[in-house]
Amino acid sequence: MDFTTHVINGLGLGSIYALVALGYSMVYGIVQLINFAHGDIIMVGGYSVYLIMVMNGLPAWIAIPASLIICAVMGMLIERIAYHRLLVHNAARISLLITALGVSMFLQNSFMLLFGSEPKAMSIFDSQPINLGSLVLDFSTLLNISVSVVMMIGLQLLVNKTKIGKAMQATSEDAGAAKLMGINTNNVVLFTFAVGSALAAVGAVLYCNTYPQIKPDMGNLLGLKAFVAAVLGGIGSIPGAMLGGYALGVAESLTKAYISTRLTDAIVFSILILMLLVKPTGLMGKNRKEKV
Amino acid sequence: MHLLETKDLGIVFGGLQALNELHMVIDDGEIVGLIGPNGAGKTTVFNLLTGVYVPSGGAIRLEGNSIIGKKPYQINRIGIARTFQNIRLFKNMTVADNIKVAMNQNMKYKILTAMFRLPGCWRQEREVDKKARELLRIFDMEDTADQMAANLPYGQQRKLEILRALASKPKLLLLDEPAAGMNPTETRDLMETIRDIRGRFNVAILLIEHDMSLVMNVCERLYVLDYGTLIAEGSPDKIRKNEKVIAAYLGC
Repeated sequence: MDFTTHVINGLGLGSIYALVALGYSMVYGIVQLINFAHGDIIMVGGYSVYLIMVMNGLPAWIAIPASLIICAVMGMLIERIAYHRLLVHNAARISLLITALGVSMFLQNSFMLLFGSEPKAMSIFDSQPINLGSLVLDFSTLLNISVSVVMMIGLQLLVNKTKIGKAMQATSEDAGAAKLMGINTNNVVLFTFAVGSALAAVGAVLYCNTYPQIKPDMGNLLGLKAFVAAVLGGIGSIPGAMLGGYALGVAESLTKAYISTRLTDAIVFSILILMLLVKPTGLMGKNRKEKV
Repeated sequence: MHLLETKDLGIVFGGLQALNELHMVIDDGEIVGLIGPNGAGKTTVFNLLTGVYVPSGGAIRLEGNSIIGKKPYQINRIGIARTFQNIRLFKNMTVADNIKVAMNQNMKYKILTAMFRLPGCWRQEREVDKKARELLRIFDMEDTADQMAANLPYGQQRKLEILRALASKPKLLLLDEPAAGMNPTETRDLMETIRDIRGRFNVAILLIEHDMSLVMNVCERLYVLDYGTLIAEGSPDKIRKNEKVIAAYLGC
């Protein structure tokens, strides 16, 4: 395999990170909360597809939209049950963070209880190699890249061109002023969780299609890497999350190809540390200056 | 029926009576001033009227209906909009977007429509965009529409705050020190504009201001607060001669 193939494979993997990173970034942008339960939404998405497709034998075109809806509802439920009161009463950041970790553990353990802890095999689409001139690529790689690009464009349109998107921007900048301009910020927060979680479900479908197995703790490392991608790109920034995801995917793929498979994760996290040293706000992060 | 009426309105902050038994009425299309020394409780009144604070006692009625207990966004939707003493624009959004955000509740489509019935939704977006630009024309700011709000000069940021408040089609507009930091020429322009806005939008205006020439010129009636208590009310001429007011301002 040559360099180009490795880069494209990296972009394919990075697409999944990017989709998940968007959820971290959006939620952070609105309520300044690092939602560590977000990685587990991927797991919920994976198991929803498994439940519908494998256990009930329904086709993918039912399973995929259903898993999107299940994850969106799950995201909203998490916001309402776990975070809402903390957010409304301006609880300390650390309380929110610990709650997020608690939600993450709760989800993982409930799914272990429901489905058992052993990995389950599942494939969604038949994946054949595709020849593009001299390149041989997996169908899943191309699917990942194209889906993530479409999602990204859709999200940009949603955020910049629609009423709810503008309300999201306004809430993110100054929630107090947004309320006084007639924006129901509670609903904006809820909507943000729903969209972020639905994107995680899309990530889950692509992930399960690329690596055809699911297990209750699959969201841990994937979620962590997506979080790294979000920070790398500049948390709070939507294009940043995408860029961070792709960069991370490519870095991972090149490390595997030219350095060492075992060092992949170490290198990925080293990139994060370097980034934080050089540009703490991330690639596209805005420097928020506090006026004194 | 008055447009706005407060009765015995008061609020206590941990033992401090920040506002005490305020009676105030504002009728349709009036321009009313709220003045008083620093710390008299003027901004507190605004925060009570917009639902940011919940009063400790008393009543607030808008067109006869109590608004106590309503959330700030609900109060905005039923007709009270405001500007802020220290500018609180959405600085990283464009000038036009700042206005469009406030027009939100006048748009009919919901999230699902936005997702599945794109054409209707884009048409409404275009209409809102057009209206936002029309609104900017009031202050001759239409060429700033696509700039980031943060990049506007100070005076225009203040004006944009007024436009953003107007965009939500209020019946009552609360202006918190609209002339703060403006030079005398800008202040004079602002006076004209405030009268113009009242006529054009058929809106009542309650304004807090320290610039006495602006207050005396533009307001039809004044309320004077000192230490959270109403010490005088009436026409500018009456207030100018009121001994309590003079004492409060001169500190004797």
